[in-house]
Amino acid sequence: MIWELELVIYLFLLISAIVALEVKDLLVAVVMTTVFSFLMALLFVAMGAIDVGFTEAVIGAGVSGVLYVVVIYQTTRHSND
Amino acid sequence: MRHQDESPIVLLGSRLLTPYIMLFGWYVIFFGHYSPGGGFQGGTLLAASVLLIRISGGRRVSRLQIQEFATTPLAVIGVIIYFATGLVAMLMGGYFLDYELLPFTGMEPAMVRYWGILIIEVGIGLAVMAILVMIYDNMVKGEDYA
Amino acid sequence: MKALKIIILILFASVLIYAASDLPYRGDPDNLMHAEESITGTTVVGSYVIQEAYNDAKTPNIVTVILGDYRSIDTFGEQVVVFTAGLITILILRNRRRVV
Repeated sequence: MIWELELVIYLFLLISAIVALEVKDLLVAVVMTTVFSFLMALLFVAMGAIDVGFTEAVIGAGVSGVLYVVVIYQTTRHSND
Repeated sequence: MRHQDESPIVLLGSRLLTPYIMLFGWYVIFFGHYSPGGGFQGGTLLAASVLLIRISGGRRVSRLQIQEFATTPLAVIGVIIYFATGLVAMLMGGYFLDYELLPFTGMEPAMVRYWGILIIEVGIGLAVMAILVMIYDNMVKGEDYA
Repeated sequence: MKALKIIILILFASVLIYAASDLPYRGDPDNLMHAEESITGTTVVGSYVIQEAYNDAKTPNIVTVILGDYRSIDTFGEQVVVFTAGLITILILRNRRRVV
């Protein structure tokens, strides 16, 4: 794999992780976690572990985002009464 | 939960996407012998297709697809498929999950192993799909998020 | 306090990068995991799997053969773990609505 491409992916990985930690809105943090998982899947595919990358893309970027959003809605419902 | 109006565009888009995601999930399960994929990935894709309808349509639409009481039996069936494959191989005289002794007649042992792997992949896919949908159903606790 | 946190993080990252610089190169055929015999004198399982996986199960994907055949009890344990997670969500989350 071309190392410049991997360097760009690493930089975006750092940026998405820092944004997910520092942002105030929780939905933006969930989206940034999804972006982190997808970039991680790209890195896994670049390293040759295609099965691991596939699992990471499906679970990390697909289902866990749904579960995080459900948890956020559950917690905001009890706080505004 | 804040009340939101149901959007027909989102529902139409997810109804358009869902069959293809589900077909791709079954393809990933059954084609895992030749390409990357397998039971966990395919089962998660099936669960993603079911969850897409559940998020966009709410209970009124998802009642037509897979109902809430059906997920726990599906998960148990998936685990039982895997366990029964190993148990049948053990009852035929081999070790646990030793696929060579499965009662397929007229096949060489390597092809019996091929079909044994396929059977357990289907079991894993069913169990993972049912359990992810079950976790979502238990988390929303019968409320609508559409 | 925030500066201390950042300094600790940078130190930890430098330790990790220094440790990762000793790892073997990716895809190098001279790695220890690709050898026929390990440094303790026993045979390496990976070379047997790479050579014989297609003949054992007629399946071109080696990962499927490892997960489904050679290490199938491990996969069964994973499936039981996922199933237990689903059952725990039933036990914890399902009856909450009547209590509250």
